[in-house]
Amino acid sequence: MAWLLAILETLLFIGGAPLLAGWIKWLKCHLQNRKAPSLLQPYRNLFKLFGKQPVIAQHASWLFDAAPYVVFAATVLAATIVPLIAVHLPASAMADVIVLVGFFALARFFLVLAGMDIGTAFGGMGSSREMTISSLAEPAMLMAVFTLAMSASTTNLSTAIDFILDNGLVLRPSFIFALVALAMVAVAENGRIPVDNPATHLELTMIHEAMILEYSGRWLALIEWAGQIRLMVYAVLIANIFFPWGIAETSHFEALAFGGLAIFLKLALLAVALAVSETVIAKMRVFRYQEYLGFAYLLSLLGMLSHIILEAGS
Amino acid sequence: MVIAQHTLFEQATVLMAALVVFASFLMLAQRRLFSLIHLFAAQGLLLAFTTALVAYILNYPHLYISALLTLALKGVLLPWMLRGLVIRLDMHREVDSPLYPSVVMAAAASLLLFSYYVALPIAHLSTLATKNTIAISLAVVLLGMLLMISRRQALAHVIGFMSIENGLFFAAVVSTYGMPMVIELGIAFDVLVAAVIFGVFFFHIHSSIDSLDVDRLNRLSEVEE
Amino acid sequence: MIAVYLILFICLAGMFAQALVGHKPSAGRINAGFNLANFIVSLALAFEVLRRGALISADQQLHVDAFSVYLIVLTAFVGWTTALFSGPYMENERLHGRVTGRRLRLYYTMYQGFMFTMYLVLTTNNMGMLWVAMEGATLATVLLVSLYRTPESVEAAWKYFILCGVGIAQALFGTVLLYFAAEQVQGMGDNALLWTVLYTYAHSLDPNVLSIAFVFLLVGYGTKIGLVPLHNWLPDAHSEGPTPMSAILSGLLLNDALYAVVRCKMLVDRSVETPMAGYLMMAFGLLSFLVAVLFLHRQTDIKRLFSYSSIEHMGLMTFAFGMGGPLATFAGLLHMMVHSLTKSAIFVTVGHAAQIAKTQRMDQIRGLINTHPEVGWGLLIGTIAIAGFPPFGVFTSEFLVLTATMRNYPWLTPLLLIGIGIAFAGLFRHLHPMVYGPVPEGQTPIQANLWPVMAHLALVLWLGLAIPGVLSDWFGQATQLISGSSPL
Repeated sequence: MAWLLAILETLLFIGGAPLLAGWIKWLKCHLQNRKAPSLLQPYRNLFKLFGKQPVIAQHASWLFDAAPYVVFAATVLAATIVPLIAVHLPASAMADVIVLVGFFALARFFLVLAGMDIGTAFGGMGSSREMTISSLAEPAMLMAVFTLAMSASTTNLSTAIDFILDNGLVLRPSFIFALVALAMVAVAENGRIPVDNPATHLELTMIHEAMILEYSGRWLALIEWAGQIRLMVYAVLIANIFFPWGIAETSHFEALAFGGLAIFLKLALLAVALAVSETVIAKMRVFRYQEYLGFAYLLSLLGMLSHIILEAGS
Repeated sequence: MVIAQHTLFEQATVLMAALVVFASFLMLAQRRLFSLIHLFAAQGLLLAFTTALVAYILNYPHLYISALLTLALKGVLLPWMLRGLVIRLDMHREVDSPLYPSVVMAAAASLLLFSYYVALPIAHLSTLATKNTIAISLAVVLLGMLLMISRRQALAHVIGFMSIENGLFFAAVVSTYGMPMVIELGIAFDVLVAAVIFGVFFFHIHSSIDSLDVDRLNRLSEVEE
Repeated sequence: MIAVYLILFICLAGMFAQALVGHKPSAGRINAGFNLANFIVSLALAFEVLRRGALISADQQLHVDAFSVYLIVLTAFVGWTTALFSGPYMENERLHGRVTGRRLRLYYTMYQGFMFTMYLVLTTNNMGMLWVAMEGATLATVLLVSLYRTPESVEAAWKYFILCGVGIAQALFGTVLLYFAAEQVQGMGDNALLWTVLYTYAHSLDPNVLSIAFVFLLVGYGTKIGLVPLHNWLPDAHSEGPTPMSAILSGLLLNDALYAVVRCKMLVDRSVETPMAGYLMMAFGLLSFLVAVLFLHRQTDIKRLFSYSSIEHMGLMTFAFGMGGPLATFAGLLHMMVHSLTKSAIFVTVGHAAQIAKTQRMDQIRGLINTHPEVGWGLLIGTIAIAGFPPFGVFTSEFLVLTATMRNYPWLTPLLLIGIGIAFAGLFRHLHPMVYGPVPEGQTPIQANLWPVMAHLALVLWLGLAIPGVLSDWFGQATQLISGSSPL
């Protein structure tokens, strides 16, 4: 039963991710006085891409074929670890948050290799930028995670959420720092404004789009889908760790339904925040990324220090 | 005692402490003079709010007066004066960034740790539930000094100076619920006079070296060339 | 007790009076008059304290004992003689167009304001008020350092302001910690910052907090004393400000800052069982002493030379007070007095010398003994006195410090002796050509007013030959207070 629930949850992740992406796009369009596409447009895009024959460059090796599958699989596995509507699921008990970071790193690694595989200038440029960003973002993310882990004395997400639920509302300065840091990292890792612009194909500024420029057809669909899932994983991570209220602690139907409703609302609200920030903030210059991510790192470091200084018991 | 055992108000005080030190960090990273002034004002507001919060928790009416004083002086009056100066001296486009931002940040984090260890032996005496807020206030003082060291603009020095005062005030509020009223008034008076004198100095420096870059104040040195 | 209020009131009245008439030529005489009044009142106060013991006001905010009243009299005396000198000196500066009437008004007002803060430091019983007054002293003097508005003086004042401001902020942190420690003890209530109350309860104050507090207090007030490595402001501020300012900064402000440190040390020593505070003071004092004597050799500006000499002597005093014990404390007190008197006398002479040569550069001040014999002799005797030659008082006090060191820490004596030797060489290699060298062109004759110098030096001579019974009694009482036992 529990396993069934876990699989269901993962499917919900996979199925819900395009909807979240569509919702963000819809919000942004309205904020920017544009005519919005339908909420279901991402599904249609994916469907269309799956129906098309991919075109492959001549120099492409097997890596180029394999990468989309690895990326998608790793992202889906990452999604299984994160509790969506219920805690205490066997999948999330198996692995902790460090594994989650590892899955994302794996996916990124293959994407970067695939970007360089073809040998075009854009692929190489995108790959190098992507690695630069991730090398700066990963320490910040791990530091933020460790801050949580120190408060909850665990790196397991389910247990950590339990701990927070048990304590009720506690104003922890460390959590606030970690929240902001994690949000900044999430923005960077998902290639959103101000680090990258998902909508642009302006040659010199793109990062993520540059790497997958050579992909088409169903492989492109897989990669885009994986990107949407990754965005949702980050969003759920932020929503459920820092505001876990509403998540189902038992597997009764009402609890699950309530949990589903809660996460739905939380994600919708987070998406609003993201859309607003993307509307009011301009994209940064490439050379300022390290400042941005250094700031995220500083925040998570401050979070950890304030945990030690202000919160830890003696 | 861990934080979850405290009341929400006490937790809020801790949170404010963290935000005050965070404001200091932001000031260190800030490059534009205007933003620096705004951050300083924000720190003043946070201080005033914390003071009011402590006054509410402990029911110390005289702390409300300190809170008001802080609000008026550090949150409104001083930033307003500095802003006016920046506009009058036509410096609002000037950028003053530390030479090595990452080194400064690393130093700042180490200072925070350092003040933690300095205050460790006395933290357990603190009766206010807030744990090691003395360390936080010491850190704000030290970060203010770091701000002064890492900048070249005289205005940034003044803000560092005033932020040191903020740290001291914060120390007084969280460790001893404020100093006696007479002292507090005296300190506020000193700060105000200091601010006025700083203003006078800006004009003197500006007219003598035609900028506020204190690196160019280098006529007096031990070694005669 | 009325005398204390009277002293503070006279200063305030002086401030207001100078704010009204400070730009007039008579302002110098009025200034001297106010300071003379204070000197007379302080003598009466000293008499009262010596006869009846420590005084404390009804609301406990003011407190005067043998130690502070000694410094009050010294402050009043030096304040008065310097005021006598500053009248004609500033008038001369005005004639040469270096200051305007408005700035003179600022000068005289702030002179009185500075004296007010000095008296407040010495009479207040409240550690918080002590800080406020100390900071007030910085604020009062900082605009005087930049009185001439030259780029150099603005720079010096800026340095002075920033360094002292930051330094003294550390002292406030120490004061907060002191208050924090006091609040842990039951029964102190609202009076937890009063020095007398703190002193009574000092045994039960938490030694950990007090040790940390003392470090901050020492660094904070130490900046004002001019202890190395926080001394950078001192030579600049002394050399660029008007000369009377240098005289009272050197003669009074440094003393009062040391006074604050000693008061704090008295508290900490009672709480902390180890001589931690003393060791810190000794280390800082010795370092300042040694660094300053080496810097004496490198100076080209006459006022900077003597301000390094001030650092040297403040270091020696800090060392003596840090060593503790009746003999060293007695020596420290005596040294405070003779140094203040000699140093302000020297600065007055130096001011005249600089006006004669129209520069403060030592290589252009030459042959004073030929052009202005009284200035030349004043400078010569003053330097002999400050270098610690017998029979002047500085010799006596330095000798006592050396004796005390010999007794307690014999291995430090060579350091002190070498330091005194180097200082002697440093002073005289500059002094000799200034006094005896060939007279260069373009000297301006001035109206020198040297009788304050002579009075100071005569006093120092007298103290070196024989310390009068009243005074040694007085020092004995103060020593008893600070070190807990009698020196004699």
